[in-house]
Amino acid sequence: MDIQVTINGEPQSVPEGTTVAGLLRVLGKEPRYLAVERNLELIPRSRHAECVLSPHDEIEIVTLVGGG
Amino acid sequence: MVTTLPSDVSLQLGSHCLNSRLIVGTGKYATYELMQDCLAVSEADVITVAIRRERLVDKDGRNILDFIDLSRYTILPNTAGCFTADEAVRVARLGREILEGLENPGANWVKLEVLGDTKTLLPDPIATLQATEKLVADGFQVLCYTTDDPMTARRLKQAGATSVMPAGSPIGSGQGILNPNNIRICLEYLKDGDPTYPVIVDAGVGTASDVAVAMELGCDGVLLNTGIAGARDPLLMAQAMRDGVRAGRSAYLAGRIPRKLYATASSPETGMVGSVVGRSV
Repeated sequence: MDIQVTINGEPQSVPEGTTVAGLLRVLGKEPRYLAVERNLELIPRSRHAECVLSPHDEIEIVTLVGGG
Repeated sequence: MVTTLPSDVSLQLGSHCLNSRLIVGTGKYATYELMQDCLAVSEADVITVAIRRERLVDKDGRNILDFIDLSRYTILPNTAGCFTADEAVRVARLGREILEGLENPGANWVKLEVLGDTKTLLPDPIATLQATEKLVADGFQVLCYTTDDPMTARRLKQAGATSVMPAGSPIGSGQGILNPNNIRICLEYLKDGDPTYPVIVDAGVGTASDVAVAMELGCDGVLLNTGIAGARDPLLMAQAMRDGVRAGRSAYLAGRIPRKLYATASSPETGMVGSVVGRSV
């Protein structure tokens, strides 16, 4: 069963039971370079493995970019 | 006889001790490699970055962090592009989360920008003050981008800002220090009874003489990005900005001569060839 979530403003379906850590693994990104928010709440790295996504979650995944 | 020049003190910004008084941004470079070279030539210890959504479709996309030596540079995350205090606080916390994970000392500070509109990119002073209060309460060392208004600067310091960073002119405009008198008043007020309180000119400087002016006024440092990244030869401009900061700082410490309307001769006025002793010329 897949659930619908929004990741960085785009609708996505992910398998039920997907954790934040699992999501980052699937996306193939270096987790150290990222910070994750769920429904406006920052999910610290230490909780990525235990944080299970729920239907309609709004996920923000951010990184550092060049800036002044 | 060999004389040694007096050595300058390091710039202390909260818990951070900087060898260089130039802080540079990492935006707008044509390539990451050019950015790397410009950062090295600038000899800055602290570099600024922005926080943005990760591009999820671009799996092979390179990350700026692959091009930054995290053992050499202290990262100063900014809240660029935020228009409300809440947005800025949210972005600052996300930046802290990333830098904590990277074990970079920059995890405990932020360059706060809360902007008023997209045309001028001038700061919203009220929202900046509100965000400063919230971030200070949350344990951040806050480096505040603000206008050159002395009263706003004073309020930001009172709210606990680690440094107040007045703009010389609008971000990326290259207009230099438009109102040196306001910067002078900011310096006088912010350093009154607290001479080591750091004041940094942030934004608007276009060339080496602009940064020299900022330093000659008595500012403790300069933060810039576009002035280097947008130059025809960014690498050479990185060197010029580095030298401009040093020249301006030395001139400030050395103490310039007063401006006068009329001339004062540099060469002796007596003993001129052919002059008649006892008769004035």
